Amino acid sequence: MFNPSAPTVPVPHSLIDAPPIPDTWKHQHLLGLQHLAASEITLILDFAEHLHAATGNGRIKLDLLKGRTLANLFFENSTRTRNSFSLAAKRLGADTVEFSSSGSSVAKGETFIDTAKTIEAMLVDVVVVRHSSPGTPHMLAKHLACSVINAGDGPHEHPTQGLLDILTIRQHRGSLAGLTVAMVGDIAHSRTARSNIWGLLKLGAKVIVCGPATLVSKNWEKLGVEVSYSLDKILPRCDVLNLLRIQFERQAIRPFPSVHEYTLLYAMTQERIRRSKPDILIMAPGPINRGVELTPEVADGPHSVILEQVTNGIAIRMATLWLLLGRRG
Amino acid sequence: MNTDCSWLIENARLIDPSTGLDRIGRLLVVDGRFAGIDTSDGDVPAFAQRWDAVGCVVAPGLCDLSTEFGEPGREEDETIVTGTTAALAGGFTAIALSSNTEPPIDTAASVEFIHQKGARADKCRVYALGCVSKLQLGESLAEIGSLVEAGAVALSDGPRPIENTGLLRRALEYCGMFDRVVFDHPEIASLSKGGVMHEGLEQLVLGLSPIPAEAEDLATSRDLRLVEATGGRLHLTSISTSGSVELCRRAKSRGIHFTTGIYIANVHMDDSMLRSFDSNCKVSPPLRSQEHVDACVQGLRDGTIDIISSGHRPCSLEKKMLEIDAAPFGMIALETALAQVITHLIRPGVLSWCEAMKKLSWNPSKLIGQTGGTLEVGKPADFIIVDADRKWKVDATSLQSKSYNTPLNGTELFGMVLATFVNGRKRS
Repeated sequence: MFNPSAPTVPVPHSLIDAPPIPDTWKHQHLLGLQHLAASEITLILDFAEHLHAATGNGRIKLDLLKGRTLANLFFENSTRTRNSFSLAAKRLGADTVEFSSSGSSVAKGETFIDTAKTIEAMLVDVVVVRHSSPGTPHMLAKHLACSVINAGDGPHEHPTQGLLDILTIRQHRGSLAGLTVAMVGDIAHSRTARSNIWGLLKLGAKVIVCGPATLVSKNWEKLGVEVSYSLDKILPRCDVLNLLRIQFERQAIRPFPSVHEYTLLYAMTQERIRRSKPDILIMAPGPINRGVELTPEVADGPHSVILEQVTNGIAIRMATLWLLLGRRG
Repeated sequence: MNTDCSWLIENARLIDPSTGLDRIGRLLVVDGRFAGIDTSDGDVPAFAQRWDAVGCVVAPGLCDLSTEFGEPGREEDETIVTGTTAALAGGFTAIALSSNTEPPIDTAASVEFIHQKGARADKCRVYALGCVSKLQLGESLAEIGSLVEAGAVALSDGPRPIENTGLLRRALEYCGMFDRVVFDHPEIASLSKGGVMHEGLEQLVLGLSPIPAEAEDLATSRDLRLVEATGGRLHLTSISTSGSVELCRRAKSRGIHFTTGIYIANVHMDDSMLRSFDSNCKVSPPLRSQEHVDACVQGLRDGTIDIISSGHRPCSLEKKMLEIDAAPFGMIALETALAQVITHLIRPGVLSWCEAMKKLSWNPSKLIGQTGGTLEVGKPADFIIVDADRKWKVDATSLQSKSYNTPLNGTELFGMVLATFVNGRKRS
């Protein structure tokens, strides 16, 4: 009911724009999707869309996290994930600080924990960490008082990547339930694959992992995932293909004879698009190797949602930051 | 007439794995040597101290064949003084020290060094293992004759596997001349290189680099074939896979002579512990999946596995604080090993006290040609008094070891060592 006598106090837009954090959300860190509930994953996706709209598709800067500081702590090279986190923080009004170091802390003579503690002592609220060794964000979560976000720990998890992939699919299909999603390529070394698998299974999708036998373990079947070595066989059934980068840097012995042979068997080409469902979505976590996982025609073609994934990345990271930092005084 | 090494231990449950004895009785020790069980009052010297051990187990002191300290070269991990203090606290009266030091124990002089340091520490008995290969490089034989002459009780490149099959063959042949055993940690490095944990479902989920079971199975198979071919003496220090257990079982049934050891961690811990990403769970051989652990337990039960070792491998705090990929392998176990055996093997009925003590004391002592593992009259009185039912919580910081790297910190175990005696003297 409109009440003309009510005082017209200007409401700060942070209150208008902030989706309320439900009491059921208890997490201080985002370390992976394996241990999140389906409802929690859905909550992050919803918040991402809400905040994306609230920032006017990125044109408005909010002050929801004004006075908070995010530290990017990257021990592996990254441009997109690092910038995506920075932009997400800035769009919510937080400050960012960058630390990077290539390689292991051993080489520098300082332990990884000491590096992280030094950064925390600069009074940051959240540390975003990427590292080649699985479990490093978990280690930080044990040793630091601030929030920790896993931005990729070796082949283990990359939860915000999994979430942004899932959000992209949901935007196109409305729901994940009943969809068939194939992760193609270097499953063994892919954190993106693992985070996607957990998230997709929880939301009711059917997941196929597909690639050379040297990179795709049969053990995935024990987790409810279909294993295939032939892209051509599974292609007609797939609603979504997520084409993973071959991670040459993590492979001790090359797991297939040549890139040439890999592309013959697993690269997504125009010819393969013709044998796919007409509405197939082509995704790639990037950076993409044109001509290896997919041809330029496919990467830039009508089925490709690769750039939408990047945009959604910022939304997912805003939602994550808001959920982890929004309630703390 | 020495009061401090003469004892009458009364009302104890006496275990003697060398004879199969397991009954309540009293044990007499005179002047540092066992002097009999249930001797008449008239034979008990007046100067003997009395200890009422009602409710406790009295057994020979334990003997460990896989102890690694850092001295010389890595004293930040463990010195011979701190390590032998830990050994006594855990009920070990004799330890054979790994040759994995800096420099490795590959000369007579370095064996002498270990003996002198052990004597100066004056805790438990300290024996030296000599290197199989010069500098543990696995390329050419160390001067094994000189090492044995200086007192090396066995030859080992542990924890490194003897990768070079030709070298292992020569070592088995050559050591036979000196009646010494060659120790090997069975592992094919080209299959396990860079690995952090057991390959399997847990590893798949965690994304850590794999150490496949077949890396061990193939090495075990190779080693056993070489024993058969050369007639050399071999001890597999640390098997951990169902494949190894089965290979050893079959080889034993065919009459091939060798011994099989296991580290206590592989008896009851599985690879799900790596979910914590705790670098203290990064050990070699790796914690395997439950079916391998079950196979190892079965191997202990049916006698395929002869020796339980601590696998004690201390790592200073700063080394284990690294990322799990970068952290070194190893956990400490001297002070928990007996309680682990009691909790996970004796109490569940897998092994009797006699069988357990055989694997912890009698068999390892025999293997290195030393007395021990017995309560026989006239032998040096190395023994322990254990309250087998006493529950205690592991607190890594209060252990005697210089390092804290145990994943058991905070867990409860049964069995507390109340006293450890060496040559009849109460040392812990």
